Amino acid sequence: MIYRESGQFKTSYATDQAIFPILQDRIALAILLLVAFVGAPMFASDYFLTTILIPFLVFSVAALGLNILTGYCGQLSLGTGGFMACGAFAAYKIATAFPDLNIVFVFLLAGGAAALVGVVFGLPSLRIKGFYLAVATLAAQFFLIWLFTKVPWFVNYSPSGVISAPPRAVFGFFVTGIEATSHAKYIFCLAFVALLALVAKNLVRGRVGRAWMAIRDMDIAAEIIGIRPLHTKLLAFAVSSFYCGVAGALWAFIYTSSVEALAFDINRSFQILFMIIIGGLGSILGSFMGAAFIVMLPILLNAGPTALGTPLSTSTIAHLELMTFGSLIIFFLVVEPHGLARLWQIGKEKLRLWPFPH
Amino acid sequence: MSLYRFGSALLGAAILAAPLALPAPALAQANEQFIPSLSYRTGPFGPNGTPFADGYLDYLKMINARDGGINGVKITYEECETAYNTDRGVECYERLKAKGPTGATAIVPLSTGITYALIERTAQDKIPLLTSGYGRSDGSDGRVFPWMFTLPATYYSQMDAIVQFIKSKEGGSLKGKKISYIYHDSAFGKEPLPVIQRLSKELGFDLSEFPVPNPGVEQKAIWLRIGRQIRPNYVIMWGWGVMNPTAITEAAAVGFPRDKFIGVWWAGSEQDVTPPGDAAKGYMAANFHGTGKDYKFMRDIEANVLKPGQGTGEARHVGTVLYNRGAINAAMVVEAVRTAQERYGNKPMTGEQVRWGFENLNLNPQRLAAMGFEGFMPPLKTSCADHEGGGVVRIQQWDGKKWNWVSDWIEPNRKMLREMYEAGSAQYAKEKNIKPRDCANQS
Repeated sequence: MIYRESGQFKTSYATDQAIFPILQDRIALAILLLVAFVGAPMFASDYFLTTILIPFLVFSVAALGLNILTGYCGQLSLGTGGFMACGAFAAYKIATAFPDLNIVFVFLLAGGAAALVGVVFGLPSLRIKGFYLAVATLAAQFFLIWLFTKVPWFVNYSPSGVISAPPRAVFGFFVTGIEATSHAKYIFCLAFVALLALVAKNLVRGRVGRAWMAIRDMDIAAEIIGIRPLHTKLLAFAVSSFYCGVAGALWAFIYTSSVEALAFDINRSFQILFMIIIGGLGSILGSFMGAAFIVMLPILLNAGPTALGTPLSTSTIAHLELMTFGSLIIFFLVVEPHGLARLWQIGKEKLRLWPFPH
Repeated sequence: MSLYRFGSALLGAAILAAPLALPAPALAQANEQFIPSLSYRTGPFGPNGTPFADGYLDYLKMINARDGGINGVKITYEECETAYNTDRGVECYERLKAKGPTGATAIVPLSTGITYALIERTAQDKIPLLTSGYGRSDGSDGRVFPWMFTLPATYYSQMDAIVQFIKSKEGGSLKGKKISYIYHDSAFGKEPLPVIQRLSKELGFDLSEFPVPNPGVEQKAIWLRIGRQIRPNYVIMWGWGVMNPTAITEAAAVGFPRDKFIGVWWAGSEQDVTPPGDAAKGYMAANFHGTGKDYKFMRDIEANVLKPGQGTGEARHVGTVLYNRGAINAAMVVEAVRTAQERYGNKPMTGEQVRWGFENLNLNPQRLAAMGFEGFMPPLKTSCADHEGGGVVRIQQWDGKKWNWVSDWIEPNRKMLREMYEAGSAQYAKEKNIKPRDCANQS
């Protein structure tokens, strides 16, 4: 009824190729952006912004990055944490070496640095595939973390090995450091994420994305029709690492504002891999849904019983949280192995026919 | 369609979580002091976090039951599980910081990683950060870190005290001796490196460093090198959790004498020496407070909290090292509130007032006696510049059943440490554009 596209005619190529061809989707998007950019900062509490929305946004970028590599290009990677660390430490080095450089460029350069590292560690992907590649990227994970703990230059010789974000402003508003308000941080983060998501969406539905998917579905066939595996795979590694690097920089500068290399250990890589598996491989929306599932659900499960006033001890709640979270993961994967994004798609298809399914 | 879908997901989550975001209905002028507890009862360090959290809460419960609160102000508390994760720790902090009529009294994160993440946030929110025996050592410089308190002693102090202890055992000179430093490869383990490296140069001992990757179950190669090749006179260890019993077991396996093996105070609890069994006999560790139940405040906890069945955790933890450490942390928070009340009146204290209390804490022998802490910890006095309070360190040894003192209270080399704190805090101040406070004008 409400979600029907009858009467919407596409009269030009531009309308036919739009990201949101259906009017209702565009309206919903506008509302959503309004809520995210205006509503959330106005109504959400500091707690909600800093500990739920900002990490959700940061993780979404990382999941986007990994989804480009694993979901779209089919290259299984366990090095996400390492690439995030690259971005975080590069951003720190750049920001402290050039104090006058705008923080936006710092983040972009940090992403670029991570992209270069990603290309280097992507080289083995030309010869090895699948699980073997996963193990090769594991090397990146361990090597990079080792490097950042071992070489004091990366942390400006701080004895503890912890970097902390220097205060930086955008348009006169502090977005990092002690004076930054949670609203400024959130808006900055959100703008970054929205732009990166738009770029990613356009990448994957264009020539580049098609080449990635061709490589993913059958690399020999892709090679025969003229797609160069070297360029395509390394480009996927570069773009993916760029996203992960920016996510790492956002993590270190905006979210926790101080970080040690251990924050990006192998568990972080797994966490992001789980996000894209649960959210949906090869889906931009899935990256966001997976990030929401993994970041928000444990907090809800943990804070829920206390907020409702149940007389459970903290340790019981903590154990319950792990148990519920685990069973929910199994439940969703059994119901829909292709992830939450696929569930959403099915829901929309049902909605198109509703209320007359026949 | 990505953004649209993402947004709906976001919206859904926002609606779900909306009740959480709303502030708890604040009872206007409720006569309560809210003290949060960031604990970890799950995760890799759960076995260590549990007794600490129990001791922390039991002490607060005892103050409520015995005295009816701090000068009539009832203590309320809420625990939040961090699982020793920095991001969860930050979430817990944000969740609890504004509760109670005056907000969180003080934050005790019990994790170096969470400490680092909270240094700026607590300064911004005006909540004191108590990192008792961990965290950032140069946080002792109150001019640059007004909101951070490291009492009674830092890792720097402790390392210096341990080396002093070894020196006295080795006949007053360490020239030509060999010491191995084995540490958890994280901010925690790296923190005291500048001190031991400097001491190695000054005292002329040969230092070998062994980082152990998290969580610390893989130490065979390290101990083969220590036990068979280097054969140091002493080994110092900065470990936490499963790393400690592993190290003790491996030391026994290569035949390194355990009575030449000294751990940080986070490697000196029952949880560390029980799993290796007899192998742990003779192992030593630093500490800054007593163990066991033979103190007046412990008897008060027993009578007022445990007897009526109000104990937070299992009774077997009561009196263990980490339980007592939880209690001493709670006691320092309570004393800071009490000190603040002397100046601001007997009502719930805000974070700023408690900060004043921490800064003017004077736990002299009379005060310690009144707290029931006689023989449990030495006196302590903080000031605007010195947020460490001049704590002292003592070495204890495991005899297979309990910890016994094997040294007197050791006074760390304050002059050298102060110089190092100020060098560290000056660098921090420069990076963060902080102008150090002038302590001459502080009342």
